[in-house]
Amino acid sequence: MDEEYDVVVLGTGLTECILSGLLSVEGKKVLHMDRNDYYGGESASLNLTQLYRKFRPDKAPPTELGRDRDYAVDLVPKFIIASGELTKILVHTDVTRYLEFKQIAGSFVYRDGKISKVPSTEMEAVKSPLMGLFEKRRAKKFFEFLQGWKDEDPATHQGLDLDRDSMKTVYEKFGLEPGTQDFIGHAMALYLDDDYISKPARPTYQRIVLYTSSMARYGKSPYIYPLYGLGELPQSFARLSAIYGGTYMLDKHIDEIVTDSDGKFVGVRSGNETVKAKQVIGDPSYFGAGKEIEGGKLRVVEDGKVVRAICILKHPIPGTDDSDSVQIVIPQNQVNRRNDIYIAMVSSTHKVCATDVYVAIVSTIVETDRPEQEIAPGLQLLGPIYDKFVSVSPLYTPVSSGQADNIFITRSYDATSHFETVVEDVQDVWKRVVGKDLELKKREVEAEP
Amino acid sequence: MSKQFQFKLVLLGESAVGKSSLVLRFVKDQFDDYRESTIGAAFLTQTVTLEDQTMVKFEIWDTAGQERYKSLAPMYYRNANCAVVVYDITQSASLEKARTWIRELQRQADPSIIIALCGNKTDLSARRQVTQEEAKKYAEEEGLMWGETSAKSGEGVSDIFTAIAKKLPLTAAPSSRAGGARGGAPGAARAGVDLNKQSGAQGGPNEACNC
Ligand SMILES: Cc1cc2nc3c(=O)[nH]c(=O)nc-3n(C[C@@H](O)[C@H](O)[C@H](O)COP(=O)(O)OP(=O)(O)OC[C@H]3O[C@@H](n4cnc5c(N)ncnc54)[C@H](O)[C@@H]3O)c2cc1C
Ligand SMILES: Nc1nc2c(ncn2[C@@H]2O[C@H](COP(=O)(O)OP(=O)(O)OP(=O)(O)O)[C@@H](O)[C@H]2O)c(=O)[nH]1
Ligand SMILES: [Mg+2]
Repeated sequence: MDEEYDVVVLGTGLTECILSGLLSVEGKKVLHMDRNDYYGGESASLNLTQLYRKFRPDKAPPTELGRDRDYAVDLVPKFIIASGELTKILVHTDVTRYLEFKQIAGSFVYRDGKISKVPSTEMEAVKSPLMGLFEKRRAKKFFEFLQGWKDEDPATHQGLDLDRDSMKTVYEKFGLEPGTQDFIGHAMALYLDDDYISKPARPTYQRIVLYTSSMARYGKSPYIYPLYGLGELPQSFARLSAIYGGTYMLDKHIDEIVTDSDGKFVGVRSGNETVKAKQVIGDPSYFGAGKEIEGGKLRVVEDGKVVRAICILKHPIPGTDDSDSVQIVIPQNQVNRRNDIYIAMVSSTHKVCATDVYVAIVSTIVETDRPEQEIAPGLQLLGPIYDKFVSVSPLYTPVSSGQADNIFITRSYDATSHFETVVEDVQDVWKRVVGKDLELKKREVEAEP
Repeated sequence: MSKQFQFKLVLLGESAVGKSSLVLRFVKDQFDDYRESTIGAAFLTQTVTLEDQTMVKFEIWDTAGQERYKSLAPMYYRNANCAVVVYDITQSASLEKARTWIRELQRQADPSIIIALCGNKTDLSARRQVTQEEAKKYAEEEGLMWGETSAKSGEGVSDIFTAIAKKLPLTAAPSSRAGGARGGAPGAARAGVDLNKQSGAQGGPNEACNC
């Protein structure tokens, strides 16, 4: 470790791995370290042994769950939006060659105590119990309006201004019922709360368009998922980095972020070795998150908490037509909350568990001091739960941009059901580290004989 | 029409045993005396044509140096159809390292993976430390294929890859897909989605509708 690097990256979560892959491609000399002996940090997928070691250190995994290596249980539940930003990065960097994707079979929404499929075809839409006949017609007008919108053609605006009018105004214009608004805002635009309603309509419009175009891309649902779990994503970007010269060290204890008298980054100390670099990027856990500050500098602050319950099931989720994978959105209004509850379930089709096992993660933003009770409406939809691992994770954000001290900190993985905010964080950190916007160039693919 | 199958092949072994040199010999029939330790491994493919005209395309993964600090990602050997674990016949310690990799593969990789143990640098047999008998006996005990090669002279290189090609299960339907996604069951219908299709940036002429 006597060499000097351009960038040291701490933690091998997806955000850090995308950054180190892109920085290596850009020609930077990168050293990437992780305190764990596995890739992925907070966004890892664990095998059974690792899962039990993390949540039940005193208990071995039950043998009836099958072989260790058949499992890749995600710690953070997220799906990839088919036409979203992460897909673009995957394609542009060509890491798709290391990965294989499957669709998520269905997207469901909770309404009046039942779950229904978010329609993905006209047939399904016509039969959907989510709306009455007249409401369906109004919804259709609404979707036609969105689909037809062209910024430059006022004739398509129907008197509305997406940048000035609130979403409330748009809903009212089409006379959509509150239940339909819930469905559109939460199951399609994927907002976690109702704050969007009083804001200008454009972001909501963009999210609905993203949802419908993603739905149209492969059918069934707007989501795709990598075989062997989300933990494959950081690994594939780590390989990209390694191929471009990045050095990888797992299982490396990080003792200190060394700074000079002005507080500027100098290097990272592990034991009695210090490795020097111009810049450091890392996840909040390497910068004092969750620890008492003793003399050190406050670098990250807590900004809410997420509760997640990883549930092992021996059956598909009831009411989902035995789907092998689903997302279920429980809009906050339906259960008198401020934030939605999400369920994400995958199974052996995605090579994340043994056959006839299903892994569902129920999650939400914590609103009370009894987080596990808050996800009860989600847990109730699952049927009998074979085993359950509950965690409450604080969400950390950096207090400074890092430009002054060359210490660049990423954000915790939030409660959203997809990776769009992860990519926003990547773009944000990139801009701070490199000084310009992240531009995706298609990677040169080596000629194949 | 000849059938084509595609398989993922991974290389493992201690640093400097000649993994990258073997690939270079196999794929480009070249050798480099002053080859640098691999960082920036290329992703290479090579096709072997068997006697019955069956074409076996190897998608070859080199470690990219990630194993150096015990940081090889499980993704590397996951889904690999075959692994070539290389040792240097002039370094007995490299056979010990090969044994460690084989144990790791047996623990983590697909149980049907075909593992070939490969003793490289036979052109240096004057300095031999690992006897053929010792390596062969170990390979037999563990049910591995075994062979010796010299990436420098080329001796044995195509033989070991051809032997692997013959041993792979060529039972599935011929694969039509070209290029680089990783192989699962070779040639089997892939229910997966192809992100490279329909991606606005490069949509090809034959965009199939997946609906
Ligand atoms: C609750 C509900 C959800 C639906 N969700 C989807 C969906 O996610 N994806 C989808 O392709 N179709 C959806 N539909 C669509 C559907 O009803 C359209 O009628 C269908 O796509 C036929 O489109 P068309 O090309 O014949 O044109 P039209 O029916 O004239 O529609 C024009 C455009 O608007 C879109 N659209 C119309 N109604 C809806 C709608 N209610 N929701 C979303 N988009 C709509 C269509 O996709 C189409 O691109 C949904 C319908 C309902 C009632
Ligand atoms: N004499 C002789 N030298 C060889 C042979 N194969 C490789 N070498 C030399 O051994 C050295 C290491 O070869 P590499 O192919 O880089 O070894 P590697 O296993 O890929 O090493 P890492 O990338 O560091 O893991 C180079 O100097 C090669 O020229 C061989 O068959 N005979
Ligand atoms: Mg090499």
